Amino acid sequence: MSIHVRNISKRFGDFTALDDVTLDVEGGSLTALLGPSGSGKSTLLRIIAGLEFADQGEILIAGEDATDIRPQDRNVGFVFQHYAAFKHMTVRDNVAFGLQVRKRPKAEIRDRVDELLKLVQLEAFGHRYPAQLSGGQRQRMALARALAPKPEVLLLDEPFGALDARVRAELRDWLRRLHEEVDVTTIFVTHDQAEAMDVASQIAVMNTGRVEQVGSPTQLYDEPASEFVMQFVGEANRLGDRWVRPHDLDVSPDPGPGGVEAQIGRITRYGFDARIELVAADGEPLLVQVTRDRLEELELERGQIVWVVAHHERAFADATATER
Amino acid sequence: MLPMAALVWASRSEGKQAFWDAVTSPQSVAALKLTVGAAFIVAVLNAVLGTVTAWVLVRDDFRGKSVINSIIDLPFALPTIVAGLTLLALYGPKSPIGIDIAFTRTAILAALMFVTLPFVVRTVQPVLTELDHEMEEAARSLGASELTTFRRVIFPNILPGILSGFALAFAKAVGEIGSLVIISGNLPYRTEVSSVFILGQIESGNPAGAAAVAVVLLVISFAILLVVGAIRHFTTRHDRA
Amino acid sequence: MRRYALRFVALFYLAAILIAPLGIVFYRTFEDGFAAAWEALSTPETIHAFKLTLIITAIAVPLNTVFGIICAIAIVRKRFPGKGLLNAFIDLPLALSPVVVGLSLFLLYGRTGWFGGFFERHDIQVLFALPAMIIATIFVSLPFVAREVVPTLREIGDEQEQAARTLGANGWQTFRRITLPSIRWAVIYGVILTTARCLGEYGAVAVVSGRIQGETETATLRVEERYDSFDLAGAYAIAIVLALIAIAVLLLMTLVKPREGTT
Repeated sequence: MSIHVRNISKRFGDFTALDDVTLDVEGGSLTALLGPSGSGKSTLLRIIAGLEFADQGEILIAGEDATDIRPQDRNVGFVFQHYAAFKHMTVRDNVAFGLQVRKRPKAEIRDRVDELLKLVQLEAFGHRYPAQLSGGQRQRMALARALAPKPEVLLLDEPFGALDARVRAELRDWLRRLHEEVDVTTIFVTHDQAEAMDVASQIAVMNTGRVEQVGSPTQLYDEPASEFVMQFVGEANRLGDRWVRPHDLDVSPDPGPGGVEAQIGRITRYGFDARIELVAADGEPLLVQVTRDRLEELELERGQIVWVVAHHERAFADATATER
Repeated sequence: MLPMAALVWASRSEGKQAFWDAVTSPQSVAALKLTVGAAFIVAVLNAVLGTVTAWVLVRDDFRGKSVINSIIDLPFALPTIVAGLTLLALYGPKSPIGIDIAFTRTAILAALMFVTLPFVVRTVQPVLTELDHEMEEAARSLGASELTTFRRVIFPNILPGILSGFALAFAKAVGEIGSLVIISGNLPYRTEVSSVFILGQIESGNPAGAAAVAVVLLVISFAILLVVGAIRHFTTRHDRA
Repeated sequence: MRRYALRFVALFYLAAILIAPLGIVFYRTFEDGFAAAWEALSTPETIHAFKLTLIITAIAVPLNTVFGIICAIAIVRKRFPGKGLLNAFIDLPLALSPVVVGLSLFLLYGRTGWFGGFFERHDIQVLFALPAMIIATIFVSLPFVAREVVPTLREIGDEQEQAARTLGANGWQTFRRITLPSIRWAVIYGVILTTARCLGEYGAVAVVSGRIQGETETATLRVEERYDSFDLAGAYAIAIVLALIAIAVLLLMTLVKPREGTT
């Protein structure tokens, strides 16, 4: 089920959360809304869900105008950052809720709950209460609950934000595999660019209420449309008014055309690659990524003065850089 | 603790038979029935109205809300005898709005409503305030109507608060005296509550009889507290991981 | 729509039960003029009644405050056998009818009571005199300070106190400079509640005082006495004074409450 966001604007008092946002989400895709706090990504998600209403613009879900429809009637599944578990109900009852509300027959509910608990690997926990589950388990339950009534769209609001790093990584993989199995249009919100790059097939980068760029992870990384995207997605070095990726830089012991003088700080080796942290003459920190072979070739030392050369630079016409 | 023990002792001092007689005298029974019945009705009414009030205070917004919020505590601050007098002024013989319920059972209910008003409101307010809004949003996103959301998500989570308030209101109402002495008229068999009856027994030189009825009142209070405590325990079992 | 209905119900309920009656009393008191009300208030017995109420309150409140703080600290910070009992005991006065409280004191300290004999031999009058009234008032207003301080103490945690200890402070210093300031507002709020309760106490003192005019009659007892003597104006006048004090108390409560809930 495709989703079309058309010219959505939303203000909270003086604060503009969303400014004329337009976005198309293909049916069946796994899309990330990526951006820093205050970028409007959660607000947009909630407007798609019907938990907030926009001041202007339209939302079309599967071709139908859903702009003024209540959340109850939109048939979207929503997963919250802090789970929003019904703490007074068992796991089974939580998952069954959406179906009970639609007055499905008991047997059907029971089977569907079994199916979903198996899908999220919580079969043994059916009769426990959310308070007795770990964070990761609660979030899996929340997912099962959202999927139970077979929504057309699945929306996740920073779903792994409240979990610790290891659990987060596990659930990321898990979400991706789940999406392959269940095949429902999925949109999730995150501020973690690594997460978005890892999980999503399409990413919409947002900043101060606007969409900066929409594209696949590769597109965003290789062809950023603005300074903001360049900085936010992947690592980027600033040389004057130009931007360069760490692996597009090289280090030379001798000055040469276009080289920038810098002093070496830390050198770290990561398996096949090495990272060199430097401070340029103008005080700007630089990060260069080279292969280990190249590093050995150069024989660099901490504190050494070298020249940094760029292979491939980028400049942006409209410098819409915001302080990060 | 000592005074309690003295109480029980004294009630026994004239023997089991005297205890039983004192408790089962027609006047005593009438007072007990009235007391417990009125307390129960008032506690139930306040449970409902108090919840509505708490809801409005937490969820709604209007000018003067903070003033209203403060006024709720008035029954805690006002001497009960003054409360009775003020109710008499408004709903008694010289009532400006023509309602005269002085010396009736309705007057007892009104007075008890006054003194127990804050209990449910104040126990439900914090629970409502801390209620996870996202639970309600989750319910809505899953298709539940507003009514269903209230019934299946909100209500079960505020129930412990309502029950606590109910128990406190009941306990207070059962023992209330100050607000009742004036407006109820203390007519035996009609508008005499147990606390007034006990006072009368003391003043007519029958402390043992008074003690007997007092013990019964105590037992009833404790029973209610225990029952409500048990219900609370049961309804919050999901919180104990 | 539903929201307005709810709002209306709540406000109507409050108006009918709380606001309107209070307004009427104000009106009634001054119906016959300011002078009449003033006269009713300035009879010697009435003045004595107010004095008595104030004396009792002035004694009960500090005692209960100290007791409440000590109990709260004991309950939250210390372990000892019978702790649960202490906790329940503190809440007891809230569940008891004041008349029952008065009765039990009557039984204890009356002539035939357990302690009565002892006091009589030493020619100390407890019952139907000030001591019994003070004890009764102390008992019914016991819980408030403790109940306000306990949750605050729990919430704050004892890390600050531990830090003070590691820095060399002894028990008393820790209490005075760390603990007390952190529970300051809870104590104040508890004191306000306790004071209101003492001023308004009726049932327990009605039993133990004997209601001797000019001697053992508190302001609240006097209101009833005036009413029974068909002096409605007098009753209203005293009630107004008490009500005004109560409103002042309410204002204080409103001011302090938000601070009481935060650290």
